[in-house]
Amino acid sequence: MRDKFVSLFAFSLAFAAIPAAAQEKLTVYTYDSFTSSWGPGPAIEKAFEAECGCELEFVAVADGVALLNRLKLEGAGTQADIVLGLDTNLTYEAKETGLFAPHGISLDKVDVPGGWDDDTFVPFDYGYFAFVYDSEAIDTPPASLKELVEGDPEEKIVIQDPRTSTPGLGLLLWVKAVYGDEAAQAWEKLSQRILTVTPGWSEAYGLFTNGEASMVLSYTTSPAYHEIAEDSDRYKAASFEEGHYLQVEVAAATVKGADNPLTPRFLEFMTGPGFQDVIPETNWMFPAGETSGPLNPVFDTLVQPAQTLEFSSEEVARNRQEWVNEWLGVMSR
Amino acid sequence: MSRPDRRVIAGVAGLGAVGILIGGAFAGLLGEAVNDWSGAVSAFDTYMLRVTRFTLWQAALSTLLSVVPALLVARALARHPHFAGRALILRLFALPLALPAIVAALGILALLGRAGLFADVLTAVTGTRWQGIYGLSGILVAHVFFNLPLATRLFLHALETVPTDQRRLAAQLGMGARASFRFVEWPVLRAALPGVAGLVFMLCVTSFTIVLTLGGGPRATTLEVAIYQALRFDFDPARAVALTGAQIVLTAIVVALLMRLGANMAGDANLPVASRAPAVAGRAERILNSTVMLVALLFVAGPLAAIVISGLQADLARLAADPAVHAATATSLVLALLAGLLCVLLSLSLTMARRAMELKRPRNAAPSLLERMLDTGAGFVLVVPPIVVGAGWFMLLRQTGQVFAIAPVMVVTVNAVMAMPFAIRALRPAYDAASARHEKLCASLGISGINRFRLVDWPSIRRPLCTALAFAMALSLGDLGVIALFGSDAVQTLPYLLLARMGSYRTADAAGLALFLGIICLMLMMLVDRTRSRT
Repeated sequence: MRDKFVSLFAFSLAFAAIPAAAQEKLTVYTYDSFTSSWGPGPAIEKAFEAECGCELEFVAVADGVALLNRLKLEGAGTQADIVLGLDTNLTYEAKETGLFAPHGISLDKVDVPGGWDDDTFVPFDYGYFAFVYDSEAIDTPPASLKELVEGDPEEKIVIQDPRTSTPGLGLLLWVKAVYGDEAAQAWEKLSQRILTVTPGWSEAYGLFTNGEASMVLSYTTSPAYHEIAEDSDRYKAASFEEGHYLQVEVAAATVKGADNPLTPRFLEFMTGPGFQDVIPETNWMFPAGETSGPLNPVFDTLVQPAQTLEFSSEEVARNRQEWVNEWLGVMSR
Repeated sequence: MSRPDRRVIAGVAGLGAVGILIGGAFAGLLGEAVNDWSGAVSAFDTYMLRVTRFTLWQAALSTLLSVVPALLVARALARHPHFAGRALILRLFALPLALPAIVAALGILALLGRAGLFADVLTAVTGTRWQGIYGLSGILVAHVFFNLPLATRLFLHALETVPTDQRRLAAQLGMGARASFRFVEWPVLRAALPGVAGLVFMLCVTSFTIVLTLGGGPRATTLEVAIYQALRFDFDPARAVALTGAQIVLTAIVVALLMRLGANMAGDANLPVASRAPAVAGRAERILNSTVMLVALLFVAGPLAAIVISGLQADLARLAADPAVHAATATSLVLALLAGLLCVLLSLSLTMARRAMELKRPRNAAPSLLERMLDTGAGFVLVVPPIVVGAGWFMLLRQTGQVFAIAPVMVVTVNAVMAMPFAIRALRPAYDAASARHEKLCASLGISGINRFRLVDWPSIRRPLCTALAFAMALSLGDLGVIALFGSDAVQTLPYLLLARMGSYRTADAAGLALFLGIICLMLMMLVDRTRSRT
């Protein structure tokens, strides 16, 4: 009897030891371009592991939308401590799931346009949507969204479908933010300039660099890639008077991850130089926290939006379906 | 009656495996959908009706434009076994299958796009600035690019089952091109027609990237896009199930009609293809057939050449030394081989079972439901979007916590099953023809089971079996759909890597990888041809 008790005791001790060891590991779900060999993942993993003496594991899922779906599917049983790579259009919906926990860290180092104040989500980078044009095909790019909408229908643009793509949804919101109730009429006009609407960013950008269209919906940071990685200043972003729509990418702790002491440590680390230094030239977005030095000067030459356009996450969640349907109605005429 | 035929048992087991794969996926989705059915009810509004109409319309046109020319090309290839470019045509015709849709689309646009090679000519001809082949015409051209080669190869396989004796007899009787088409070739082609047309139709119904990219906007949208949106963006399993159900039912109706049409054509079917040349069948027919083959070759080779040219501009040496590329190539090949083998095994079991059942039923009796299922039933997996299968199984298995681990298994199984309709089309004509020749002999000699397979069936189905394997492997090489919802780093295949590079400004790398993919596929086909010729 006593033997049995002892072995039971030893057994439960051994069992208890396993979760203790597992605490030395942090699992982060993110999108796949983040973990690719040219993405920020590898450098960040190295930097954080050196600092914490623990193991950081990235698990890649296709993109931000897939990331949230994945978490909804796995529910409370998820292996993720942190989900990294949602954007502000998804945060309301994400919070509603009840699967995320408050971050509990100081946001002093966080720096995004319009400021940041959220108890669950912590930003790690941001960017602005913009139309990127081929300077060999266009001399005077449109100076405003209005000029784009009313410009020469012979000069074609490529955009993405808001039903399947994040930039596509971004443009939809951009037009809505500028035109409000007259968005439908604007789309009707703009549709004459649209060569085609692709399912994702890759297809659209591929068509653009192949010369099919002289303008494409992308980010203000796209020209930085071409300048730094390819040493080419052929592709530039057009600056729009009305301002540019903002995309902020965020991370958050899951309810499961809230128990892991490494979770707040990583979120804290995320807002500092060990993480932020890598972002500009791997993720091609602006850092949302402290960097150890100034960015590559090329980033200073990029379009600086006169105004930041943004809907709250809740507004997007409530209206997305209706706005997409409005877009569909106009575009499928 | 005698005890059940072992071939039938094997076939039923194969069909059961396919059923479990699809049924499991639906079970998973329905399990999630019971919480909220509203999505399924609201799925069918006027917009969705328009989408459905467009889906069916573009698929019907694409099928017509792929299948009818394919009949001509296959016949020309069959009648000129010594045509100089024949081997090249056959190998090139296997390539489109292995290419991701966006690569093919870019290849086509390099010729017919707004900035394409022919843009200036087309501007001069039409008198207005050429705006590129966007819209229905673009969708059709791309679908024909994918499906004409496929249909041609399948028809050619059917034609190759014509016994040499018959051809010799036809020649001795002095049959010209027209007569031999009518009495020798058409009956075989007609038997294959509904199946091939059905296959092409199903492939076009589920088209996604091509329709969106080349369609010019959301005017051109398929049900598949709506299903994808329902699962990925709206996370509405009920809606996805309802739309997938609609897609399956509609396709089933069309395929049933196709079978009927095929039968009606039997009476007096004489396509105006053969030359009016006299029975001597000399130059005129040869010129006509050469032209047909050449035009088909140019149509397929044009976009392929564009893909090669843009691929050559990539830094190929660096790509070839990239460990990520090595790993992805190995992953792709292993997955494709496993999927290919599984596919051939399943397809063979279904084909043999169908034939065995056909032999058992009284002459002129209608085939039973099971027999029909063994024949075309498996084809319907093509209209179940891979993302539905993936998501369904994901939901079913999430409780186990082993979702990551099963991703490779899913990829292999789904690819194998998705390739079955192709493999069955390649296998069936040969197996049925062999069975017709040997069945009585086997019965009288008492050869059955593994001995019969080894000694009697194997020699005659070996060649189509290799083709089926190559088809299935090529298809699996180019596949992307299944992993769309799964953890992607578990299965980094070559097309996956290609899209990842394309998605992060590395367009040149992507073009180079497309070239790699094409070369691998070509080598696969040459390997198959070598094993085939060693028979």
